[in-house]
Amino acid sequence: MTTRIVELRRGILKKNDELAALLRGRFISADVLVLNLVSSPGTGKTAFLELTLRELLARGAKVAALVGDLETDNDARRLAASGAPVRQINTHGICHLDAEMVDRHLEAWEGVSLDGLEYLFIENVGNLVCPSSYDLGEKIRVALLSVTEGEDKPLKYPTLFNSADAAVITKMDIAEPCGFDRALALKNINEIRPGIRIFETSAKTGAGMDEWLAYLAEARAKI
Amino acid sequence: MHELSIVASIVDTVTESVAAYPGAQVKEVRLRVGALASVVEDSLQFCWELTTEGTPLAGSKLVVNTLPVVMHCEACAQEVELAGVQSFRCPRCGEPCSDLRQGRELEIDSIEIDEVEQQA
Repeated sequence: MTTRIVELRRGILKKNDELAALLRGRFISADVLVLNLVSSPGTGKTAFLELTLRELLARGAKVAALVGDLETDNDARRLAASGAPVRQINTHGICHLDAEMVDRHLEAWEGVSLDGLEYLFIENVGNLVCPSSYDLGEKIRVALLSVTEGEDKPLKYPTLFNSADAAVITKMDIAEPCGFDRALALKNINEIRPGIRIFETSAKTGAGMDEWLAYLAEARAKI
Repeated sequence: MHELSIVASIVDTVTESVAAYPGAQVKEVRLRVGALASVVEDSLQFCWELTTEGTPLAGSKLVVNTLPVVMHCEACAQEVELAGVQSFRCPRCGEPCSDLRQGRELEIDSIEIDEVEQQA
């Protein structure tokens, strides 16, 4: 018997990272802006996305959405009401989406091809921990936080907020009755991800949507 | 809570790698895990015995080397190590930092194996 040290230096999520890199290349060559929306359950990702899809469609943009949940196609049905093509991904217990699921569902999606799209939104499973480890090939990772969740969410879940490219605060219409400390929330987000773009929105009143849509258009022009 | 799938992926990779050393027994698997990797060592250890059972990794030890976050501070023009993950500011000058150089690692660094001597 001889003891030997074998250097591996292998990324544990290498398979996911490699597939995500392939997807990213495909998204860029098809000129599609892909966004990965991540938050806790109940933040209002679906309501925010539904309004985003409606507004983009109203502006004549070609949009589609993939939506991840453990079970049910409730969110896909809600989002489809916007008029955009929507496909549900059921993970059956898995707490995050991965690149393989995105790839498989894009392949199987009849009537939707990347070449016919300008924007693709991927609504991740509601979870602030695991989705941060899985690259989906997106251009922009959006971390959402609602005014009901507590201003210290970014400090409690630093990995997700630190890996985000944009932050969206939802439900601003009820900020006041919730005693939401806006300045503190902005400070905490900036503490974890200095300089990140932050959008203060309400899916109910449409507040903040103009700024958000302008950001999307700008990001798409820069693909 | 995706530690089980992470451990399963480690077992697959190591099993593939030791195939080059027939009969070898894995003694130790060493990981490099960044402070921002969202992976909890206790959960990895909890799944380890169960997941490695019946594989060349059975009975091996899992060693997790946690790496602190390292940022590049523009103001100081150098890399700085953060004490935690609650504030992404340079500990020297207090300026915010967004250029991450270390902290998201999730990798198998090396393995230690007992090799069977080849008969001449």
